[in-house]
Amino acid sequence: MLTNLKIPLTLSLPATSKKRLLIAGTSWWLLLILIEAYAMVTTFSFSWVIALTDSVNMNLLIAAAGYITYTSLRYYQPNAKNYLYLTVWSIALAVMCTITHRYMMGWNLFPQENEYHKFLYASQIFRGLLVWFMISLIGVISWIWFFLQEQRAGEKREQDTLKLAREAELASLRQQLQPHFLFNSLNSISALAGSKPDEARKMIQQLSDFLRGTIKKDDQQVVTLAEELKHLQLYLDIEKVRFGHRLRTEIDKSEDTLYLTLPSLLLQPLVENAIKFGLYDTIGEITIRIITSTQDNQLIIRIENPFDPQTSHPKHGVGFGLSSVQRRLYLLYARNDLLSTFQIDDVFVTEVKIPQPV
Amino acid sequence: MIKVVLIDDEPLARSIVKEYLQTFPEITIAQECNDGFEGVKAIAQHKPDLVFLDIQMPKINGFEMLELIEQPPSVIFTTAFDEYAIKAFESRAIDYLLKPFSKDRFEKALQKWLQQRNQNDQKSNTQTLLTEEVRQPEERNRIVVREGSNIRIIPVHEIQYIEAYDDYVKIFTQKEMFLKKKTMSFYEKSLDGSQFVRVHRSYIMNLQQLTKIEPLEKETYVALLKSGAKVPLSKSGYVRIKSVLGL
Repeated sequence: MLTNLKIPLTLSLPATSKKRLLIAGTSWWLLLILIEAYAMVTTFSFSWVIALTDSVNMNLLIAAAGYITYTSLRYYQPNAKNYLYLTVWSIALAVMCTITHRYMMGWNLFPQENEYHKFLYASQIFRGLLVWFMISLIGVISWIWFFLQEQRAGEKREQDTLKLAREAELASLRQQLQPHFLFNSLNSISALAGSKPDEARKMIQQLSDFLRGTIKKDDQQVVTLAEELKHLQLYLDIEKVRFGHRLRTEIDKSEDTLYLTLPSLLLQPLVENAIKFGLYDTIGEITIRIITSTQDNQLIIRIENPFDPQTSHPKHGVGFGLSSVQRRLYLLYARNDLLSTFQIDDVFVTEVKIPQPV
Repeated sequence: MIKVVLIDDEPLARSIVKEYLQTFPEITIAQECNDGFEGVKAIAQHKPDLVFLDIQMPKINGFEMLELIEQPPSVIFTTAFDEYAIKAFESRAIDYLLKPFSKDRFEKALQKWLQQRNQNDQKSNTQTLLTEEVRQPEERNRIVVREGSNIRIIPVHEIQYIEAYDDYVKIFTQKEMFLKKKTMSFYEKSLDGSQFVRVHRSYIMNLQQLTKIEPLEKETYVALLKSGAKVPLSKSGYVRIKSVLGL
C-alpha cells in the first residue's frame, strides 16, 4: 500500500487513479505469465509445472525491478537529457534479473530435467533482452505518468494562486471603497455645494480621480513609490476637506526611495487606518507622518499616528483592518513578516517592508 | 423658541444642518460641538429641546455620550452608517438621517418631531432606546462613565464585577468603583457572555478575574476574585458559571 505521506505533496495521486493503475498493472502482469508459460509448453514441450514456475519466477523478478524503477522515478524525475543514465540503469537491472533467474531456477529445481537446464542456458540472451524491454517499458510509462501528474499539480497550484489573488483584489477594493468614507465625503460635497460651489466642484474632482485610480489599477500591478504617493495624496486631500481643522499630514520621502516599487494601492488602506485610529482615539489636532526609507534592498514605509495608550489596546486589535494588507503581502511575497505594528509612547507605528526585485 | 445642539466631528457636516435649519426661524442653535465631551457639557448647560447627533466620533461615540446624560433630550441621529447598523432603533420615534441627506428628508424628520413634540414625551423614547440593547457600531469593549465633571472610559477587561444598586449599578475595577444609571439586564445582554456571567440577581462577574470558587453554605458558593473581592453565587448562578467554564 502506498501511503500519501511518502509521496511528495506535489505528486500525491488521487486514490482512484492509483487504484486503477494497480489493477491494470497486475492484470497485464498475470497475462504475461500465462502467455510465457503457454509459449514454453507449446513451443518447447515443457510440462505446465516447469513452464509456470519459470514464468512466475521470471515475472516476479521483472515486477520487483519494475517497482524499483517506478519508485525511484517518483522521487527523481530525470529530464530528457538523462536518457543515457536511464538506459544504463535499466540494462543493469535486466542483467541482474536474468542472472538471478538463472541461478534460482538452475540451483536445485527440477534436477532431472536436463532439457530445461539446456533451455535455461541457451535462452539467457533472449531473456535478458525481453527483461530489459519490459523494465524500459515500465520506466517510460512511469515517467510519463509522473510527468502528467506533476503538470496537473502545477496547473492546479497556478489556478489556486490566481483565485487567491482575485479574492485579494476584491477584498482590497472593498477595503478602499469604505462606504463610510464615501458617504461622508458626499455629505461634505453636499455641504459645500450650498456655500462654496467652487470647492464642491473641486472635491467632486478629487473624489472622482481617487475612485478612478482605485478602480482602474490592476491589483497585481507594481508601481513606483512616486506614483503610489500621488494616488495617496488624492485621498489625503479629501480627508483634509472633512477633517482639515484637526488633521495634519507630513510626508517625508527620501529621494532614493521615489523610484523603488511596491504593489499598487497598498498604502491607502494603511493610511486610512492610521487616520481613523488617530482621529477617533484622541481629541484635538493630530499629525499623521509617513516616512519612507530603504535598507537591505527593501523599501520601508512607516506610518505614524497618535493614540491614547490609556484607553486603547491596539495590541488586542481594536478593529484595525490591517489583516487584508497582511494577506495581500503574503500572497505576493509568501512572507508574513513584512507588515508590523508597534508603539512608541503615544505614537502608533505601522511599518511595511517591500522587497525590491534584484 | 426651540433650542438645538449640533454634535458632529466634521464641521462641514454641521454646516449643512445649520443651512437646512435657516428655514425654521423658531429654531436657534445653542451650540455646535466637535465631540461627545463637548456635547455632554453643552446639553447640561443649554438643556436643548433637540440634538442632532453623529454616531462615530472621537473617544466616545454618540450612544456612549447619551448614556452619560441623566435626562437625554430628543435626538435625531445623523450618520453615514448603513441602514443595517441602525435598524435597531428604526422603530423608535427618534429619527435618523443617512448622510448625505436631502433638504426634503431633513424637513420631514424635523416636521415629524415638531408634530410629536406636544403629543408624547420624546425624552422617554430616548431613554427606552438607551436602556434596551442597541446594536452598537462597535463591539462593546469599554464602558463610559461620568465621574463628577470628568468622563472616564473603562476598558471592559478591567472590570472585576458589577453590582446592582437601586436604579444604578456599581462597576468595580481593581481600585475604583463607578456608578452608572443602567440596569443589570442591560449589561448582561450587552457584555460578552463568554466573559461576563450573571452569577446572582445582583451580580455580574468577569470570569477573567476569577481565582477560585468556595462553598459558603449548603448549595451556595462564593467566588474569589484577583482583587481579593468576594462575589456571592446564587444556585442558578453557580450552574451558569459552571456551564460557561465548561465544567
